[in-house]
Amino acid sequence: MQVEKFYYDNKIVKAFGYATVIFAVVGMLAGLWAALQIYMPSTSLNLPATTFGRMRPLHTNAIIFAFVGNCIFTGVYYSLQRLCKARMFSDTLSWIHFWGWQLIIASAAITLLMGYTTGKEYAELEWPIDIAITLIWVVFGINMFGTILKRREKHLYVAIWFYIATWVTVAMLHIVNSFAIPVSFMKSYSWYAGVQDALVQWWYGHNAVAFFLTTPILGLMYYFLPKAANRPVYSYRLSIIHFWALIFIYIWAGPHHLLYTALPDWAQSLGTVFSVMLIFPSWGGMLNGLFTLRGAWDKVREDPVLKFMVVAITCYGMATLEGPLLSLKNINAIAHYTDWIVAHVHVGGLGWNGFIAFAMLYYLVPKMWGTQLYSRKLANNHFWLGTIGIILYAVPLYWAGFSQSLMWKTFTPEGQLKFQFLETVTNIIPMYVSRSVGGGLYLVGALIMVYNLVKTIRAGSFIANEAAEAAPLQKEEKPHGNRHWHSWIERRPVTLLVFSLIVVAIGGILEMMPTFLVKSNVPTISSVKPYTPLELQGRDIYVREGCYTCHSQMIRPFRDEVARYGEYSKAGEFVYDHPFQWGSKRTGPDLARLGGKYPDSWHYNHMDDPTTMSPGSVMPAYPWLLDDNLDTASTRSKIRAMQKLGVPYPEGFEDRANEDLMQQANSIVESLKKDKIETPANKEIVALIAYLQRIGKDIKLEGTASN
Amino acid sequence: MKFINYLEKISDVDIYALSSFGIFFLFFLAVLTWTFKADKKKINEISRIPLDNQD
Repeated sequence: MQVEKFYYDNKIVKAFGYATVIFAVVGMLAGLWAALQIYMPSTSLNLPATTFGRMRPLHTNAIIFAFVGNCIFTGVYYSLQRLCKARMFSDTLSWIHFWGWQLIIASAAITLLMGYTTGKEYAELEWPIDIAITLIWVVFGINMFGTILKRREKHLYVAIWFYIATWVTVAMLHIVNSFAIPVSFMKSYSWYAGVQDALVQWWYGHNAVAFFLTTPILGLMYYFLPKAANRPVYSYRLSIIHFWALIFIYIWAGPHHLLYTALPDWAQSLGTVFSVMLIFPSWGGMLNGLFTLRGAWDKVREDPVLKFMVVAITCYGMATLEGPLLSLKNINAIAHYTDWIVAHVHVGGLGWNGFIAFAMLYYLVPKMWGTQLYSRKLANNHFWLGTIGIILYAVPLYWAGFSQSLMWKTFTPEGQLKFQFLETVTNIIPMYVSRSVGGGLYLVGALIMVYNLVKTIRAGSFIANEAAEAAPLQKEEKPHGNRHWHSWIERRPVTLLVFSLIVVAIGGILEMMPTFLVKSNVPTISSVKPYTPLELQGRDIYVREGCYTCHSQMIRPFRDEVARYGEYSKAGEFVYDHPFQWGSKRTGPDLARLGGKYPDSWHYNHMDDPTTMSPGSVMPAYPWLLDDNLDTASTRSKIRAMQKLGVPYPEGFEDRANEDLMQQANSIVESLKKDKIETPANKEIVALIAYLQRIGKDIKLEGTASN
Repeated sequence: MKFINYLEKISDVDIYALSSFGIFFLFFLAVLTWTFKADKKKINEISRIPLDNQD
C-alpha cells in the first residue's frame, strides 16, 4: 500500500504551550495575592478591582480556564495528531481556536476585575463571553472531529475517548448552566432561581471539575505517561472500564456540594451514593497509571517528567479518595464551608493538574525543539519545591478546617456557643500564613521551570512541521464473526460522541427533572415576597463585589448553626433569588438571617472599615460604596427582566420602580441621620444596606404574624 | 411548615431512581463483558498506538 507523507503541526502546540506557561504564572500570582488578603486585608489596596471578592474569581477562572484550559489544548493538539497519524483538520480553525480562547481569557480578566459577574462560582463570566466560549468550543470540536475523521489509524486510542467525552460534556454543562436573561450588555440574571439554580450550578460546578480538570487530563495521562515511560499502559482493558464508569458516575455526583442545605433530601442522597461509587473508576485510573511504571521505577528516579507524573497521579488518588469521603453526610457536616475544602481542591489543582501540566511541558519542549532539557537539576529543584509547596499548603488548611469547624460547634456547659465567629477565624491565621508560604514556594518552582524552558528553547531549533508517514485508512474491511459492539463503537467517533452524550445526559436529566417539573418540590412560603427595587439594586452590588466568595446564605439544620445564625434555611425562601447566593465557604459568618440584626449605621461603618465595628476582622474595606452613585437608570430593565423570569411584580411596576426606590432610600438616610451619619440617598451603600437588612427576614415576619 | 418528604409529593418518583440504577447497571455489565471477551491481541495492538511514532 502507498505510504503517505505528511507533517504534524507543532506551531499550534507551541502557541498553546506558551499560553499555558504564562497563565500558570498569572493564575498563581492572583491566587497568592488572594491568599495574602485573608490575613492581611490591607493588601486589597482598598481598590474595588484588587479586593478578594474579585481577585478570587479571577484566580479560579485563570487557573481553570486559562492555565488548565491551555494545557489541555496543548496536549490535545500534540497527541491527537500523533494518535490519528494526521495533521490537524484545519490550520485556520486551530488558529481561530487559539486566538479566540486567549481573547476570551483577556476579556474575562478585565470584566471580572471590573465587577461584571453572574455570581455563580466558576461560571462567573457574563453572557457575551459565555456566547464567545460556546462558539470557540464549537470551532475546537469541528477541528478535533475533522482530524479524527481523516485519521490514518483505524482504532481510536483511549485518550481520544476522554477528549471526546470532555468536549461533549463541557458543551452541555456550559450551555445549560449559562441560561440567563440579559438585562444589559454585561449584566444578566440567571434563568433559574434558588434551589433550582443551586442544583444546576453544582451539577455544573462539580462536572467542571470532572470534565475540565479530570477527564481531559486523564486523556493526557494515557498518552504522555506511556510515552515518557516508553511502555504501553498497564491495562488497556481497565482503561475502558475506567472511561465508561467514570463519565457515567461523575455526572450524578453534583448534589454532594449541597448536603444539609435546603435542597430536597432525595437529591442529596442520590449525590452521595454516586459520589461514593466514584472511588472505583477513579482509583482504577490511578492504579492503571502507577502500574504502568512497574519495573520502570529506576527511570522515575532519573527522569523529571516521570517524577512529576508519579506525584500527579498520587495526588489524583488522594483527591478522589477524599471526594467520596467528603460526600458522606457526617464528614461533610464538619468539612463544608471550611478550609478543608480549599485544601482538597488544591491537592487536585496543584498536585494533579499542575504537575501533569509541568510533566507535559518538560516532555514536549525538548521534543519540539529537537534538543535536551537545559537542566535536569533545575527540574528536580522545581519538583521538590512544588511537592513541599503542596504539603505546606494543604496540611495547615486541613488543620484549619477541622479546628475551625470544631470551634463553631463547641458549646459551653451552660449551653451557649463558646466562640464568637471572629475568634474561630483569628485562631487559624497562622495556618493561612503557612498556606501562602506553600503557595509561594510552588510559584517559585514554576518560575524556575520558565527559566529552564526558555534556556532549552534557546539551545534548540524549533521543528514547526514534523514529518511523518503512514498508510491511509482502508475503507473496505471485511466484517468477521467475533467482532464486538465495543470495537464497533471505538472505530466510529461520531457514534462514540453520541453515546457519551446520552450517558452524561441521562445523569443530568434524571437528577434534575423532578425538581424542575414538580412545583410542590419547592414549597412556596406565602410571606416570601420579591425584593424591592432598592434591595434588588443592593443585591446586585452584593453579587458584583463577590460577597459570596466568603459568606454563605444557607443555615444548615444544626444546633450550633441555628444558635449562631437563627432559623435554618428553607427551600421556599429563595424562589426569587436569580442567581442564588448560598455560597460555599465561610471565611466570614453566614448572612442568611442578617436582616434586622444590626442597625443601618452599623452596616455603614462596617463597610467603610470593618475593624471599627469588629476589631480584628479580616474583611476588606469597601470605602467606594460610600462615594459611588447608584445607577438607577438600570432599575427599569432589571424589574422587566425579573418579571420575564416570573417574579410577581405588579404590572407597570417597572415605571414606578424608581419612585419606590427613592422612597426607601430616603427612609434609610433618615435612620442613618439618627446615628449622626449624613449621606445622600443616591449612594450605593444605601442600596446595599437595604438588601442586607432584608436577607432572611420574610420568615421572621411570618413567625411574628403567626405568634 | 414542613419541608420534608418532598419525595412523596412526586408521583412515581421511584421511577427516577430505578431507571437510573437499571441503566447504569446494564451498561456497566455490557462494558465489563466486552472487556473480558475482547481479543487480547487486538487490545495489545491498540495499547501500543502512542508508542508507534518514532519521535
